[in-house]
Amino acid sequence: MISIKNLHKSFGELEVLKGIDLDVEKGQTIVVIGPSGSGKTTFLRCLNILEKPSAGTVEIGGLVADFSKPMSKKQITAFRKQSAMVFQHYNLFPHMTVLDNIMEGPVTVQKKGKAQAKEKALALLEKVGLSDKADSYPYQLSGGQQQRVGIARALALEPKVMLFDEPTSALDPELVGEVLQVMKDLAQEGMTMVVVTHEMRFAKGAADEVLFMDSGRIVERGTPDAVFNRPQEERTKRFLNLIQDTDTI
Amino acid sequence: MYLNSIFSNPERLERLGDIAQSSFLPLIEAAVQFTLPLSVISFILGLFLAIVTALARISTVRIFQWIARVYVSIIRGTPLLVQLFILFYGLPTIGVTIDPFPAAVIGFSLNVGAYASEVIRAAILSIPKGQWEAADTIGMSYSQTLRRVILPQASRVSVPPLSNTFISLVKDTSLAALILVTEMFRVAQQIAATNYEFLLLYGQAALIYWIICFSLSLVQGRLENRFDRYVSR
Repeated sequence: MISIKNLHKSFGELEVLKGIDLDVEKGQTIVVIGPSGSGKTTFLRCLNILEKPSAGTVEIGGLVADFSKPMSKKQITAFRKQSAMVFQHYNLFPHMTVLDNIMEGPVTVQKKGKAQAKEKALALLEKVGLSDKADSYPYQLSGGQQQRVGIARALALEPKVMLFDEPTSALDPELVGEVLQVMKDLAQEGMTMVVVTHEMRFAKGAADEVLFMDSGRIVERGTPDAVFNRPQEERTKRFLNLIQDTDTI
Repeated sequence: MYLNSIFSNPERLERLGDIAQSSFLPLIEAAVQFTLPLSVISFILGLFLAIVTALARISTVRIFQWIARVYVSIIRGTPLLVQLFILFYGLPTIGVTIDPFPAAVIGFSLNVGAYASEVIRAAILSIPKGQWEAADTIGMSYSQTLRRVILPQASRVSVPPLSNTFISLVKDTSLAALILVTEMFRVAQQIAATNYEFLLLYGQAALIYWIICFSLSLVQGRLENRFDRYVSR
C-alpha cells in the first residue's frame, strides 16, 4: 500500500530526514516513535506533502511521487487524495458545525451530493461515538471529542491510508483513551495507518510494526514485542528506559 | 453672547426654526442621493480592491508584492484631499476629465482599498497555519481554502477595524464637496451662503453625520454578535 524509497528532507542546511525506506502492507498499522527532533513528524508530513521532500519516491495506493522532479499542483492534489491526516491540534474549522466539518471535503472538494455526504457524515459520527454532537461547534466540544471529529473528517475523504500526527499529545490524560479506542477499532477494521505517537500502550496493543526514529533515520524496526522487549540498538534502549522512568515516577 | 441673543429674541428664534425646518429636507436628500451612495459604492469597491491587495501582499510572487506595497504607500503617504484634487483638477490638464461623482468614487475607493488591505492582511495572517494545512489535506485548492476556510474566519476578526474604516469614510465624503459633488456638506454650505446661519447649518449636517455613524455602529454590534456564534466566550 505504501512504498517509500530513500526519502530525504532538508530545511535549508538542516537535514531532517536522511534517507527513509519503508514498505507498508494494506491493513497494517505502523507506529513511529522517537525523541523530539528525530524527524518523525516531518516524515509523516512528507507522506501528505505538507512538507515537500527534497528527494526520494513515495508510492501510496499505486500512485508514485518522485520528489527529485518538480510536481504540479494537480499532481500534488492527486497524490494527497490517497491519504488523510489527523493533526495534533485537531485543526477543525471553528466556523463550521461538526457535521459541516466532516462534509466539507466530500462536498466542496469531491463534489458529492449533500444528502449523500450528510448520510455518510452521520454514519461516521456514530462510528466515533458523537452522533449527538452533529450540530455543535468545535469550541463546544472537549479535546477528545474534537479529535474524534478530526478522525471522522479524515475518514470522510475515503483515504487509502490514515496518517496520525501525535493525535493524543494535546489531550488531557483522561481523554486519551477515547481517541485511542477509535484508532484501535479502525486498525482492526483493516485501515492502513501510520501513527506518530508517544502512547506506548497503543503501540504495544495495536501496531503491526514499530519504527524507532532518531536523527532523521529509522534506527530500529520490528514487531512491538521485539522493539519494546528485545531492543538491539543502544539508542533504542536509552529512549525506552527514559520513557519507562517517567512512567514510574 | 450668541445663545443669549437667540433666546432673548423670539423673532430670531422663529427665523432659526424656519430655516432649520426648510433646510432639513434638502440636507437629507443630499445625504440619500450622494453621501450614502458615495460611501457604500466606494466601500464595496474599496473592499474588493483591499482583498486583492492583501492577497498580493501575502502572495509569493515578488512583483505582486511590490505593486501592492507601492500602491498602499502612495495612498497612505498622501492626503486624501490632495488625491481628490489630483483626480478632479489635476488630470484634466493631461486630457483626462472625470465628472465629480465618479472622481470621488475613484478617490475614496482607492483610499479604502489601501487602508482596508492592511486590515485584511493582518486578519488573514491571524488565522493559524493549521487551518491552511487542514484545508490542504482535505484537497482544497488555494481559492477554495480562501473562500471556505480563511476569509470567513478573517472577516470575523476584521469587523471592528473595517467598521472604523467605513465610519471614517462616511465622514470623509464631506471632502467631496471640494470637488463639486453636491453631497450633504456642500448643500449645507450652499444654504448657509444664502442666509449666513453657519452654525445652524453645519450643526445640522454634523447631527445627520452622527446619526448615520451611530446607526453604523449598531450594525457593527449585530455583525459581531453574529460572527461570535462559533467562538467561546
